[in-house]
Amino acid sequence: MPSWSEMKREAILSVKDLNKYIKAVIESEDLLQDVWVRGEISNFTHHSSGHMYFTLKDADSRIKSIMFAKQNQRLPFIPREGTRVIARGNVSVYERDGQYQFYVTEMQPDGIGGLYMAYEQLKKKLEDEGLFALNRKKQIPRFPKAIGIITSPTGAAVRDIIITLQRRFPTIPILLYPVLVQGTQAAPAIVKAIQEMNKRQEVDVLIVGRGGGSLEELWAFNEETVARSIFASQIPIISAVGHETDFTIADFVADLRAATPTAAAELAVPHHMELRQQLAQLKQRLQRGLFQELQAKRDRLERAKRSPYMLNPRKQLIQPAERLDRLTEQLRYRIENSVTRAEQKKSKLVQRLSGFNPKEQVLYTKRRAGNAERQLIQAMQTLLRKHQYRWDTQLKQLDALSPLKVMQRGYSLVYDEKKQNLIKSITQVQLGDVVNITLKDGRMDCHIWAMEENIDG
Amino acid sequence: MAKEKEAAVLSFEEAMDQLEQLVGKLENGDVPLEKAIDLFQEGMKLSHLCSQKLEQVERKIEILVEENGSLTKKPFSSGIEEG
Repeated sequence: MPSWSEMKREAILSVKDLNKYIKAVIESEDLLQDVWVRGEISNFTHHSSGHMYFTLKDADSRIKSIMFAKQNQRLPFIPREGTRVIARGNVSVYERDGQYQFYVTEMQPDGIGGLYMAYEQLKKKLEDEGLFALNRKKQIPRFPKAIGIITSPTGAAVRDIIITLQRRFPTIPILLYPVLVQGTQAAPAIVKAIQEMNKRQEVDVLIVGRGGGSLEELWAFNEETVARSIFASQIPIISAVGHETDFTIADFVADLRAATPTAAAELAVPHHMELRQQLAQLKQRLQRGLFQELQAKRDRLERAKRSPYMLNPRKQLIQPAERLDRLTEQLRYRIENSVTRAEQKKSKLVQRLSGFNPKEQVLYTKRRAGNAERQLIQAMQTLLRKHQYRWDTQLKQLDALSPLKVMQRGYSLVYDEKKQNLIKSITQVQLGDVVNITLKDGRMDCHIWAMEENIDG
Repeated sequence: MAKEKEAAVLSFEEAMDQLEQLVGKLENGDVPLEKAIDLFQEGMKLSHLCSQKLEQVERKIEILVEENGSLTKKPFSSGIEEG
């Protein structure tokens, strides 16, 4: 957007730019962005798009207004031609037409504007304090023993509540605490009733409410004292104020909000027919439960009885027995097998070992020794025989050479007188010497009488 | 209330709660047979008790009325048709 100074300088603007600028100026004005306006509706059109177009006017002036579908869906009333309203919204410009308009966000019938704003303020305050928090809500008992009602004893509301309670749960005791439900006395009366009911502790659910009415008529249920006493109540409270569309502070604080008194009674107690059905179902489930339990136990028993072990215990032993036999057989076979193998191995080893047997070696050595001995003996004998032979031969030779032998043949031996020296030559003797002559059969001593020497000798 | 106390100490809600728990237990199975039978008998008793309580039609609609500064209970009828 061009700045104001620029526009000033140029002096000539497009219509569009002018409207845009006016719009920006208006929208920048805080006061115009959240404003309450009192006026009367005219030229009202509810467009098929859902948007509402109308003019707000008073005796002196008028402003074109629009309320979009999104906002007008929550309107607590139906605007009509001539309705006096208080509207809240912001001012802006519809650029196409150069038209400033009031864009309504909230609207309510005039006359209760102050109340409405008080309501909004209180609602916000209590909400911030946590009085509406879901986790603070008390549980409505499933089967209340007695119901307390706090409402006007003469209105349609009490009638609706009692009829509905009786229709649904005829035996439920009901205790009514009559109160004024509108006017300045209403709120204190309601607070007192809630407190009294809590003191008595005769009922375990409270229905607090009244029939439909204007905001002013319902106002007691928007009072802070009422809201706080509902919040403080130990007994769970069902609120039942006005109609579907009426939301009071009491509704927000209550543990349960019913759209109408009849609905409150419906929420308070179960329907006895439903209970009867529930009871019948429980009874059925009980019987079926036991039956199923019995059936299951019976089935188990049957299964156990039908088990092969129970039917034919002996047969169950056959298989293990067979298996035992087979295993025994295998065991034996394996033992035998291994014994055979061990034996084979052993004999092989024995064979190998016997190669190293010392006995054999001893025998062998003995044999060798024997042989050597025999050879030795033989050699010895041979040697002996040889020596014997030689000895014999020598003996014969010796014998042959023996002087005795010679003497037998006539020879004699001549020794000197002392028989010490053999005399082989005449030189050894002299005449007159005695010589000893040894013959074959004796000796003789002789004198030498003569000697002659051999010439050639 | 005194009459009901004689019949059974249990409230309808307590009896209903017990009955539901008991049925749940029984339906869950895994209960020894003797226990199952006990549960069943107990359940039948509770069921009977609940039925009785439902049948005990004793309409009692009262209104608190202030008399001499204190509240008293009085029968209330505002011309409401019964049923």
